[in-house]
Amino acid sequence: MPVTPQLRCCDASGCRSAGGQALRRALEEARDAAGLTAEALAIKPVGCLRLCGSGPLVACDGPGPSQLFGGVAPEHAGALIAASVAANDGSAAVSDDPLAAHRLDLSDPFFALQQPVVLEGCGQVNPESIDDAIAFGTYAQLHRVLQELTPEQVRDEVRRSGLRGRGGAGYPTGLKWDTVALQPPGPRYVVCNADEGDPGAFMDRSVLESDPHRLIEGMAIAAYAVGAERGFVYVRAEYPLAIERLRLALQQARSRHLLGNHIDGTSFNLRLEVRVGAGAYVCGEETALLLSIQGQRGMPQPRPPFPAQSGLWGAPTLINNVETFTAVPAILRQGGHWYAGIGTEHSKGTKVFALSGAVVNTGLVEVPMGTPLRTVVEVIGGGVPDGSPIKAVQTGGPSGGCIPAERLDTPVDYESLLELGSMMGSGGMVVMGASTSMPEVARHFMGFSVNESCGKCVPCRAGTVQLAQLLDRFVEHRATPADMERLDALCQMVKVTSLCGLGQSAPNPVLSTLRWFRHEYEAACREPAACVAAGGVER
Amino acid sequence: MLHACRALLTVAAAVASKSWWETIAMTPSAPASTDPRIAQVIRRHGARADALIEVLHQVQELHGYLAPEVLREVATGMGLPLSRVHGVASFYHLFRLEPPTAHRCAVCLGTACYVKGGAQVAARIEQRLGVRLDDAAGDGVWALQHVSCLGACGQAPVLVVDGELMTRLSVDPPEALDARLEAAGLPQRTTT
Amino acid sequence: MSVVTLTVNGQDVAVPAGASLLEATRAAEANVPTLCHLEGLTPVSACRLCLVEVEGSSKLLPACSTAAAEGMVVHTHTPRLREYRRMTVELIFAEGNHVCAVCVANTHCELQDMAVTVGMDHSRFPYQYPQRLVDATHPQFTLDHNRCILCTRCVRVCDEIEGAHVWDIGSRGGQCHIVAGLDEPWGQVQACTSCGKCVDVCPTGALFRNSDTTAEKQPNTTLPALLRTAREQRRWHNQ
Ligand SMILES: Cc1cc2nc3c(=O)[nH]c(=O)nc-3n(C[C@H](O)[C@H](O)[C@H](O)COP(=O)(O)O)c2cc1C
Ligand code: SF4
Ligand code: SF4
Ligand code: FES
Ligand code: FES
Repeated sequence: MPVTPQLRCCDASGCRSAGGQALRRALEEARDAAGLTAEALAIKPVGCLRLCGSGPLVACDGPGPSQLFGGVAPEHAGALIAASVAANDGSAAVSDDPLAAHRLDLSDPFFALQQPVVLEGCGQVNPESIDDAIAFGTYAQLHRVLQELTPEQVRDEVRRSGLRGRGGAGYPTGLKWDTVALQPPGPRYVVCNADEGDPGAFMDRSVLESDPHRLIEGMAIAAYAVGAERGFVYVRAEYPLAIERLRLALQQARSRHLLGNHIDGTSFNLRLEVRVGAGAYVCGEETALLLSIQGQRGMPQPRPPFPAQSGLWGAPTLINNVETFTAVPAILRQGGHWYAGIGTEHSKGTKVFALSGAVVNTGLVEVPMGTPLRTVVEVIGGGVPDGSPIKAVQTGGPSGGCIPAERLDTPVDYESLLELGSMMGSGGMVVMGASTSMPEVARHFMGFSVNESCGKCVPCRAGTVQLAQLLDRFVEHRATPADMERLDALCQMVKVTSLCGLGQSAPNPVLSTLRWFRHEYEAACREPAACVAAGGVER
Repeated sequence: MLHACRALLTVAAAVASKSWWETIAMTPSAPASTDPRIAQVIRRHGARADALIEVLHQVQELHGYLAPEVLREVATGMGLPLSRVHGVASFYHLFRLEPPTAHRCAVCLGTACYVKGGAQVAARIEQRLGVRLDDAAGDGVWALQHVSCLGACGQAPVLVVDGELMTRLSVDPPEALDARLEAAGLPQRTTT
Repeated sequence: MSVVTLTVNGQDVAVPAGASLLEATRAAEANVPTLCHLEGLTPVSACRLCLVEVEGSSKLLPACSTAAAEGMVVHTHTPRLREYRRMTVELIFAEGNHVCAVCVANTHCELQDMAVTVGMDHSRFPYQYPQRLVDATHPQFTLDHNRCILCTRCVRVCDEIEGAHVWDIGSRGGQCHIVAGLDEPWGQVQACTSCGKCVDVCPTGALFRNSDTTAEKQPNTTLPALLRTAREQRRWHNQ
């Protein structure tokens, strides 16, 4: 997009922790030393440039194709400035390029296979500047919607797009919006779930840190579509930079009258506030989240009533994930049909994944739904660093499961992952190499669930504790055939009788590893042969 | 009879010899001193019940932790039942009900960090500092707790030392890890 | 008053619109077990014993908090429901320290009765023997955490009926416990009116009167419903 020469420096928390801020200062000094002005060469802080594992990242734009550099230290600043000058005046690249080791190939599948929709502005715009966001086109759809479309038309477009909730369960977004909009007259709320608690997931954090205005635009459009005048973004406290940027963005939007009363000269009013969590995974569950916003213990409540019928202070409440809201402006701009044209029959559009674990390229990946898992982890991710084969891919966090190597050709969509005993979850993908023991992984997740159970219902509160102890017996090689049976029976019981999604999915990591790596459990028995004979779990 | 029965119950339950309320000795009606800043925080939120978590965050920032007398002031100031305030404060991981140690480490044991050796990092620090993971009291100066994902999974395994994020720790060889820990100011308390 | 009709274990029943599935199962005399639920208090669906199968629903539904709907076909005692209930009771017994022989509530304990109802005589899951405390600081009552099953009836009756909100739940997960005030000795919590309602509704021997010894506890679990009716419908016990 930009023709003006500029250096885009990643200033999201990943690259920050790798020294991104010092690098940017060094670049500014080097630019001044080279006698260039800020107009001649802009140095712009931007959000995530995707390949977080190779930070700090700097992108260099000029008349030609952009270049990307990774793992650059402040001492490379001079060379980077020189490279960007060279790129702009068309002079040939120097023969012994001091940056050769830091050049990242933008034609590498990691970048080339991505299709940014949600992440469109991520890495392009300065997250702390509303002018930059507006110049990039943010808020244009809000403006159009308010001036030209009725709430029904907005909802039609979203329904047509086939967008499904990106928070994990994949509930059709258009249907949810309709449910809220069609409740009896009265106040309504919109809530954005930015609690992103799944370990291994950092998509929502990146959106908040990289392009907060896009989320605000999406939420405002949603509020208009369902008739809400007040909303909340519930962000986990572990994301200080995201909170800071979101607060700043809200303030900027208010000062531009993009939030507040009579937005854009219409009768539409919207007040948005940030609410910060306090460290409780279960508050990602929607009923718990709503209680937490109301200043209470985050203990899930039985549904129905669903939040869409009775949520905050008893009023109909629309609750969607960060990525869900952020996809909305693009859908309105390009049309629901366009979005529905991407992806698979039942899972439309693109999905952002956070790749991590035993994989060469760790970072953010946005690909069309239905992309084979193998493409994501082996082609885009580059496989295990030492070249050994992948053993399994964990998706869906503590609610999901481990997908074995032999199923890597499965397309990534809601239904296929469920079929494999895992789930889409919020989009974390942790790659596991040969050395990872599956009973230990299962124990790891169960420990997480024990720690995060809210304690309300018996199966989850007491059952996960017993499951963790049972798994200990496998990890410590003292399990018996009876333990195998107990493990299976208790997993089933906790899964079907727990009150909320946390308990209902807590056994998934065990069930999926039992299904695909049962021999590891058998081998982990005190007398493996006896456990093999006992059978117990049907495949 | 009554006393005999009560004694029996206590024994049956294997209760620690000293009752916990003897050790916290608290006067219910007269708080030691009131902190006008707490009232200010509450006023800023219009004393709305739904602001309780925000208020607790800010009060914890002022005091370092949420002592019982502080929670009592919050409850009184916001017009909320004491048990409700305690219930909320004790539900969330990030609220501290005990005074924190001067220095704190938080090691990530989320999945990505776990796969990359987070547990070994934790074990090494436990050994180095001579503290147990998730024992808030630590050794009085240092304490080590775990967190489950800081969203920095791309740089796993990660560790936070006194608020500073350290990334891409390598656990192999252990000496390399020791050097990073040394640089972060973690004292070597035990001999290996 | 409008009425909904549904089938419970093959039997047709009619209940007023707005009634819960639990009321419907009772109309059919289906004896669905409950522990956390108590007539007159807001249902919380925490114990999961009242789960039933409803045809067409992929999930098991808690009878205590699900509204009865026209045409529902409900099964209350399928083999898997029986099995889950038994396991639930096993988990409850294994989680706390339930020594019936020395308990004030022996023979008047809903948990003990539940074990009989679901046919549980021992737990397949190891007893946890948690270290829990006894709060004997109140002049009239005692709270023995060893026997608490976290049904939260005491919390709700104190808040919703008495209006004192002495109790709440502290901590979370397996560390959850009932707290008075700021997790203080009960006797020091001035909000307590010593009305004894929490003691009356406690399903186990966790809350008891100091004057009661082994097997002497006489619970009274009908109070909340009576008081709620009085308050909401202006109809008192003697009317
Ligand atoms: C234990 C648990 C944790 C959850 N955590 C999150 C989360 O971190 N972020 C999120 O968006 N949804 C989370 N969800 C899903 C939400 O309950 C809810 O379905 C979602 O926010 C709805 O938004 P969507 O329709 O846009 O997906 C969680 C659910 C459960 C049961
Ligand atoms: S399933 Fe777990 S987290 Fe959910 S309500 Fe029950 S105890 Fe709480
Ligand atoms: S003390 Fe009794 S009423 Fe209260 S939660 Fe425990 S078992 Fe239930
Ligand atoms: S798993 Fe450690 S930062 Fe995400
Ligand atoms: S009685 Fe319904 S869940 Fe306890």
